[in-house]
Amino acid sequence: MRRAGSPLWLWLAASAVYAFLYLPLAIVVIFSFNDSLLNAEWVGFTTRWYGVLLADEEMLRAAGNSLFIAVVASLIATVLGTMAGIAMQRWPVGLLRALPFLVLTPVAMPEILLGVSLLLFFRQVLDLTLGLVSILIAHITFSIGFVAIIVRARLAGMDESIFEAARDLGASPWQTFRRVTLPLILPGVIAGFLMSFTLSIDDFVITFFVAGVGVTTLPLQIYSMIKVAVTPEVNAVSTLLMALTLSLIALAARLAPDGIQGRR
Amino acid sequence: MTERPSAGAGRSGGGERLTRWLVSLPPTLFLLLFFLAPALLMLAASFRQPGDFGGLAPLLVDGRLNLSLETYRFFFGDWIYAEIFLRSFLVAAATTLICLLLAYPLALLIARSERRRRDVLVLLVILPFASNFLIRVYAWIIVLGPFDLLYTPLAVIAGMVYVHLPFMILPLYTNLEKHDPALLEAAQDLGAGGWTRFRRITLPLSMPGIWSGSALVFIPVLGMFAIPELLGGTRDILVGNLIKEQFLDNRDWPLGSTLSMLLTAAVLALAAIAVRAGRPRRGTA
Repeated sequence: MRRAGSPLWLWLAASAVYAFLYLPLAIVVIFSFNDSLLNAEWVGFTTRWYGVLLADEEMLRAAGNSLFIAVVASLIATVLGTMAGIAMQRWPVGLLRALPFLVLTPVAMPEILLGVSLLLFFRQVLDLTLGLVSILIAHITFSIGFVAIIVRARLAGMDESIFEAARDLGASPWQTFRRVTLPLILPGVIAGFLMSFTLSIDDFVITFFVAGVGVTTLPLQIYSMIKVAVTPEVNAVSTLLMALTLSLIALAARLAPDGIQGRR
Repeated sequence: MTERPSAGAGRSGGGERLTRWLVSLPPTLFLLLFFLAPALLMLAASFRQPGDFGGLAPLLVDGRLNLSLETYRFFFGDWIYAEIFLRSFLVAAATTLICLLLAYPLALLIARSERRRRDVLVLLVILPFASNFLIRVYAWIIVLGPFDLLYTPLAVIAGMVYVHLPFMILPLYTNLEKHDPALLEAAQDLGAGGWTRFRRITLPLSMPGIWSGSALVFIPVLGMFAIPELLGGTRDILVGNLIKEQFLDNRDWPLGSTLSMLLTAAVLALAAIAVRAGRPRRGTA
């Protein structure tokens, strides 16, 4: 087959777009090591903004909250999302035919709508004081769909007869799940967990509405910093967060190479 | 994908049915409670009155239901709200168009690269997208700051494009990757030039990718409030900002709910259009 390679202009255009994607972030990283309070010109190398960051108790508390919320929310979302994924793939019958709508709509709609409707619900119906619990519930709600999509994609490629064979051999539904289904979908489940972990730790919009005044997460803290003043400390926390996300992606790619591809 | 009617769906015994409910009930109940109920509550709240101290006025006044179309009338009676909706649509349209123009060459290049190289090129698209949303917006505060472009509509669009670009690149790439190179070769053998081949073959075949990418960019942009707030000026506010204002600052929940319902309606209409238009037509290939 003759494949003439791509023309030069295509390479140039694509490189320009890659530059557009990376340059702004590169500038954030570079200025995080700049020995100046202004993000304007290069003065000299320093790591002091990282020192400032590590001494910033509010920021550390926010980071702790984010981590706690992300772990708990994504564990619960993984369990519920896996159940939803299995149900959508296995039983598209009766009332359950409406399940994909319920599971996928929160993923597809603008985040602000989920945020304000949950705010309304928590305050008006449950009379809940906004805080950790409301944030956890909100994060679980938007993560379930992502886990379910990944798990369903994983199940969709499988031969149903394996499950029938297990049943014919006398396995109970639980044994079938534990010994057959779960090992097969595990890469998808892990990818789903990592995905909802990342979504949770990154979420700003929905958390913004349901957090109330008592509890801050890392994105909320970053937001209030940016709103007030732009300081190199924001660059430092951004750089650290990028490093963290990159390691998580590397980990996910290593743990579940094909699970991740089933993500969209 | 081999679709087989799921085993046991027809001849399900009691155990099978029990399993089905045990598995599907927890996520269903959770989402009914925390997604559907809040959505319906918001719909109801859009017909109610604001309370004296924010929130909602009592539902029953003198034994009568205190519901009305007041907030909808208010919305349609004031040109300013329509203007903000219109502006949001324009910003979303501009963002979608710019994303399309930027994404197409990149997606085309990736789709036409060697198989081994494709994964790396796709990963390079996803990586910056994995950094926190606020960090990506913040980057533009630094980039545009020195040029006096901050707090302008231009800054808002730059931020919107930057944050949503991967949503356009990925579906486009997924579509372009499936094209059969033999079609282009045949066209070339028949004497079609590069532009003609693009216009007559690649572009029409990629319409489903363009539609799904456009929906994935247009819809979130429509509801965005953080980018106008951080990069835009006071006159650049969009529907998202208006909604946020009603819920957090003015505490006029009925108006906020009405605006949210109108946004929902717009989103549903757009999604329906995109799904319909993006359906691959038979016989065009």
